[in-house]
Amino acid sequence: MAVTDTSPPGTNFAMGRYKRRKVSNTITMGLAIGAAAFGLLWLVWILAVLLINGLSAISVSLFTQMTPPPGSAGGLLNAIFGSLVMTVLGMAIGTPIGIMAGTYLAEYGKGTKLAEVTRFINDILLSAPSIIVGLFIYTIVVVPMGHFSAWAGCISLAVLVIPVVVRTTEDMLNLVPGSLREAAAALGAPRWKVIVQVTYRAARSGIMTGVLLAVARISGETAPLLFTALNNQFWSVNMNAPMANLPVTIFQFALSPYEDWQRLAWGGSLIITVAILALNVGARMLASIGTKKGQ
Amino acid sequence: MTALSMTAEQSQAALATDGDMREKISVRDLNFYYGTFHALRHINLPLFDKRVTAFIGPSGCGKSTLLRILNRIYDLYPNQRAEGEVLLDGENLLSPKQDLNLLRARVGMVFQKPTPFPMSIYDNVAYGIRLYEKLGRAEMDVRVEEALRKTALWGEVKDKLRQSGLSLSGGQQQRLCIARAVAVRPAVLLLDEPTSALDPISTSKIEELVDELKPDYCIAIVTHNMQQAARVSDFTAFMYLGELVEYGATDTIFTAPKEEKTEQYITGRFG
Repeated sequence: MAVTDTSPPGTNFAMGRYKRRKVSNTITMGLAIGAAAFGLLWLVWILAVLLINGLSAISVSLFTQMTPPPGSAGGLLNAIFGSLVMTVLGMAIGTPIGIMAGTYLAEYGKGTKLAEVTRFINDILLSAPSIIVGLFIYTIVVVPMGHFSAWAGCISLAVLVIPVVVRTTEDMLNLVPGSLREAAAALGAPRWKVIVQVTYRAARSGIMTGVLLAVARISGETAPLLFTALNNQFWSVNMNAPMANLPVTIFQFALSPYEDWQRLAWGGSLIITVAILALNVGARMLASIGTKKGQ
Repeated sequence: MTALSMTAEQSQAALATDGDMREKISVRDLNFYYGTFHALRHINLPLFDKRVTAFIGPSGCGKSTLLRILNRIYDLYPNQRAEGEVLLDGENLLSPKQDLNLLRARVGMVFQKPTPFPMSIYDNVAYGIRLYEKLGRAEMDVRVEEALRKTALWGEVKDKLRQSGLSLSGGQQQRLCIARAVAVRPAVLLLDEPTSALDPISTSKIEELVDELKPDYCIAIVTHNMQQAARVSDFTAFMYLGELVEYGATDTIFTAPKEEKTEQYITGRFG
């Protein structure tokens, strides 16, 4: 039976089917490219509008003067400073807690009920709307203290940082091969030394990336600050008093009817965006350095 | 069971004439469980000082499991437990009182895949030393060099000690791991398929190294490669389905095995 087929090998498959497959392949590719382009379009649009409106607002006084009353000249110095302070302190509170909790989940709590529950709650916290975090801190910090404060702002930002850092820390530690831990333990290293000196080192760039992403996430958050640090028109370094910050200032200025305030809001938006962009690029560079070293 | 312990005793008796033979580790009626799975059954086995003992057998026979008991690395995982006795210089290392970190400093281990730490070559070797000894710079330099010379790596890395250990080739990484284990000055070296991820040239280098290290250590090596077992070891233990089928001098095992299963395995009829 096999002998009767004399056509050269590879020529007798069904051409009709092959053509149909090529067409469906082209359609699917087209749809995928279209979807990607559609998504990118909005991103580019947002960036373009931001650049057009924001660049005209960028000036030296933006970085040297305080937020002005409507109608007079001013800048965003107090808001930039406040955002920096609260972001840094929020990270300082949230990062260690997040890294330690992530370490527990990946290294100590494997398979335990506590770890499972913690992981589940952390995932919920990760997707919790930030306005709820703001309200929560308002209830447990602002109300008992009797006034808005920069501390309350830091704490609510820290609460947003924790789940991001927990998640990335756990994921990155899980990527470290078990053989590396065994190798360190086999030299007689106690568990905490294995984690601190070997596992953390191996996962360092990944954990750093997670921390930088958390910075990017909180530096644009408005809702949690609205209920906690509120805002301040003046220069203030008092952590127990309301503190100016970029997101709330943008919120307030952009909604105002005053053109000079609106321009400052554009300027502030551009500053945040550029800062976040720089952080993300930095995170990527860190990660690539880490993998290059890892190869 | 009696047959097994007899083979062990016989070979001991046969080799007792050899002057410097000393039983470093004695495995006595050892059972091991992964949860409820009975992975090792009634193992009796001596490991001699200044000798290489090879564990051979098909996949899943328990040879790696046996090796992992000797430094209690299995203890990292819950649900794994060993019963019986493993005497290291006469002391039962399975005793709950045994300090695991000190035990592991005495019983070094090298794994299947090279596992250099993400730090410099120098720090890789110094890592284990730093755990137990506080040395000055000069002394540490000496110890690191000593370990790297012992593993024939010194010439290749002496100009790049500050480079990452991960920058080395696979074979070099594995020798670095051996150097790291040797640097702690252990009495026993456990090698868990140390060449299965390496090319033939690196493999022969590691085998030469095992030969050179032999006079100073009690070495146990797990291998899938029977030629390797024949080349590097003085004694061979053939395991099958969690049992020790035959133990004896490597020459005897490979030329005149007593058990039929052993013969079938070494002639490649299964496994």
